[in-house]
Amino acid sequence: MENKVNSGSTDAPVCASNDKSINKVDLKGTDEGVCATDNNFVCVVENLTKKFGSFTAVDSISFSVKKGEIFGFLGANGAGKTTAMKILCGLSKPTSGKVMVAGYDVYKDAEKIKKNIGYMSQKFSLYEDLTVLENISLFSGIYGLTDKQIKEKSEYLVNKLELEKVKNTLLKSLPLGWKQKLAFSVAIIHDPDIVFLDEPTGGVDPITRRQFWELIYEAADRGVTVFVTTHYMDESEYCNRVSMMTAGKIAALGTPAELKKEYKAKNMDEVFVKIARG
Amino acid sequence: MKSISVNNITKKFGEVTALNNISLDVEDGEIFGLIGPDGAGKTTLIRILTTLILPDSGNASVTGLDVVKNYKKLRGLVGYMPGKFSLYLDLTVEENMKLFATIFGTTIKENYELVKDIYSQIEPFKNRQAGQLSGGMKQKLALSCALIHKPKVLFLDEPTTGVDPVSRKELWDMLKKLKKEGITIFVSTAYMDEASLCDRVALIQLGKILEIDPVDKIISNFSKQLISLTSDNTHKLINDLKQYPLTHNVYPFGDSVHYIEDCKEINREELIKFLMSRNTINLKISDRKPDIEDCFIDLMGKADGK
Amino acid sequence: MRKFYGFVIKEFLHIFRDKRTLIILFGMPVVQILLFGFAITNEIKDANIAILDLSKDATTQKITNKILSSKYFLLYQNLNTYDEIEKVFRTGKIKEVVIFEQKFEEQMKKTGKANVQIIVDAADPNTGNTILNYTTAIINNFVREYNPTSNIPYFIDIQSRLRYNPELKGVFLFVPGLIAIILMLVSAMMSSISLTKEKETGTMEVLLVSPVKPAQVIIAKVIPYSLLSFINAVTILLLGKFVFGVPIVGNLPFLLSEVILFILTSLSLGIFISTVTSSQQVALMISLVGLMLPTILLSGFIYPIENMPLFLQIISNILPARWFLIILRDVMLKGSDITYVWKETLILFGFLLFFIGLSVKNYKVRL
Repeated sequence: MENKVNSGSTDAPVCASNDKSINKVDLKGTDEGVCATDNNFVCVVENLTKKFGSFTAVDSISFSVKKGEIFGFLGANGAGKTTAMKILCGLSKPTSGKVMVAGYDVYKDAEKIKKNIGYMSQKFSLYEDLTVLENISLFSGIYGLTDKQIKEKSEYLVNKLELEKVKNTLLKSLPLGWKQKLAFSVAIIHDPDIVFLDEPTGGVDPITRRQFWELIYEAADRGVTVFVTTHYMDESEYCNRVSMMTAGKIAALGTPAELKKEYKAKNMDEVFVKIARG
Repeated sequence: MKSISVNNITKKFGEVTALNNISLDVEDGEIFGLIGPDGAGKTTLIRILTTLILPDSGNASVTGLDVVKNYKKLRGLVGYMPGKFSLYLDLTVEENMKLFATIFGTTIKENYELVKDIYSQIEPFKNRQAGQLSGGMKQKLALSCALIHKPKVLFLDEPTTGVDPVSRKELWDMLKKLKKEGITIFVSTAYMDEASLCDRVALIQLGKILEIDPVDKIISNFSKQLISLTSDNTHKLINDLKQYPLTHNVYPFGDSVHYIEDCKEINREELIKFLMSRNTINLKISDRKPDIEDCFIDLMGKADGK
Repeated sequence: MRKFYGFVIKEFLHIFRDKRTLIILFGMPVVQILLFGFAITNEIKDANIAILDLSKDATTQKITNKILSSKYFLLYQNLNTYDEIEKVFRTGKIKEVVIFEQKFEEQMKKTGKANVQIIVDAADPNTGNTILNYTTAIINNFVREYNPTSNIPYFIDIQSRLRYNPELKGVFLFVPGLIAIILMLVSAMMSSISLTKEKETGTMEVLLVSPVKPAQVIIAKVIPYSLLSFINAVTILLLGKFVFGVPIVGNLPFLLSEVILFILTSLSLGIFISTVTSSQQVALMISLVGLMLPTILLSGFIYPIENMPLFLQIISNILPARWFLIILRDVMLKGSDITYVWKETLILFGFLLFFIGLSVKNYKVRL
């Protein structure tokens, strides 16, 4: 996991691969040679805009996320975060702008995007009235794993998360922290290129939160890119880079260290407040 | 007479013990924080104190009134803001305010001074239905409605959960102002950093109180040695430290790593030698006073018998 | 394919682990079949009739016996004068009066023709028609049997009159029933959801921690719904009267006050439902399955109660709508006043007090 320094609010992605065996996706109207197959970038967003009638929820944002990066996507409620995330997950179409996720264009191949990403939110993660094993099995099946793979993965996960004793218990009887950890593991069970986490650690105790982030670190080490939104500003420190949205625009983008320096703040909390207050 | 008095309260829901023999006291005009994660029992305790549920054993009183025997009288005296937004989504801001003023036998005008700071922020939207407000504004409205009858004690159940840091800060600024009016404030939260904004806090986990004290006392009670480390690769640093034999606990903390040893003084040379042998790049060690979160983690560990 | 299979299994698991779904899946059809099967019948059985025999001779006796020995009719009362006809109909206890003219047998033997008058209560046109047909058939049968070989055919002239609904308009049956159903729908369902909605959205929590009294909350919810239901009732009455010609024979203010009574009873039933559950869905289910369905089937709205098996008749007794329907039809079509419907009114009032009492008792002052 490298800490690369990036400054400014847009990243100009560099197309480094000329491998013709990989499917090249031609992004709409591009003349900048943005290459979706570039191994370095798992997500490229250029001037993404989303309007609902006359209301502009996302106002021409641009950024890119590198493979294996932990990217923090911050912003107040109503700033446009959720809308932007939905677009990146292939759940919603942009009004304009270019969006590439996991090598696929969000306009043409939204379905393919969904197959290659993982998703976990606080509101929904797993089915409460199914057991641990049933949940693992169900979602593995959905993500297209074979029976053999499912069996292996189930054993592996149950062991790793120390759920051996409760593997046949209904999810609703488990403490919140365990559920969240399991949900995250299930979200990446198919080794996606990128996983989207929508406020995954709300309300969880400090120890479990950290255990959760250990899982995130491990995934990032394995090359899974992690795109996470959170209200815990200390968690934003765990990210490689962070972006902050206000009123539909990206107000800041950089590593936590850079942002703290730029805004002369002691911690990310202060950075957030200074940006939000304008 | 204490503003709030809790004596040996126990509450079970089926097999789950939500509150296990809890006792605490709150003074008049104090901001008292109940800090703990989900499932700790915060909501249960607040609901008992606001007379909404009955304890299995033990007793409690608010402004001298027993929460079980005098519940009717108590319900007119306290202000309550539940964890979930609980106002009428299809009534406007103003209609909600007027309703609650009427229910408590007062008018908006009468106590306007008290709620002015908060209410003036949402007053421009007074004709908007509550369901169309943003999260932060909903909380402000809920707080205004809870205060409109100038309660003696204000109960807030996780008022900042899911709210962005700016709105959180604004809410706590308001609470500090209320303290000046002599209103006792009993607030629960899962955010550790909000603990330092309270006069005293009770750390609660799985139905048990870990400690009750002002924050600086809790921190001074921290009995172990703590230092903060950074390196180029945080994850690697943590993993390496986990393998160090003297480690009591190590975990990420914001942009650094907290390392804790149960001893009188940490042997830094040994530590540095160890980490260098692991090819740690750009290692920096600094002193750090424990944060309330460090204390919580430590107390939680103690509770689990570590 | 495996994905799909996994999903199918998941859906099965969801269903079997949710008790409510299971009840709906298996419980409801059974209940419905029983209800529908037993309740829906257009046949008549043990219909009460009165006989005005102005002749009291052997022939009328034979005819009477024949009528009464069929399983369709039961003798309620023997009348002596024409005046008693009106009275006995008003009691609502009989469906038909059979009148034999004076010197019946004599007439038959002398002229070969005698007169029978049949007056049928056609407030319910279906049964009215059926009763008329059965009676006519029985009498015609008698004629055939009486003189199978004679050359002079004896003939009984049957004059029939359909009371209260001479044109056998279904609407006369329907409109009162509709009023009852709709009032029950708006009142009970809506008021039951109203309280449970507060519980679900959490506003109840805040209301409880306030000086508001339970009674205030309940009454405040009842008032708008009662007004709305009342407007509904008036609208249907007007439409019934001016579009379909359904008469309002009885006293209008009296009718309206009975309507208000029924509205309040339904509302208190709704409130009671909402004290029993905290889920809007469950409240709705109870209102629909527990109230609507039995009310439509068992209140006498479409299918006569007398024709149902005993256990359904007993169930019918506990439906407020059943009693209200009697009041409605009697007042609207027969012009009855309180002296005739006092019993039903009292029963409704009893229901009202009962449900309110239960609601107040059940109202949880805590979560």
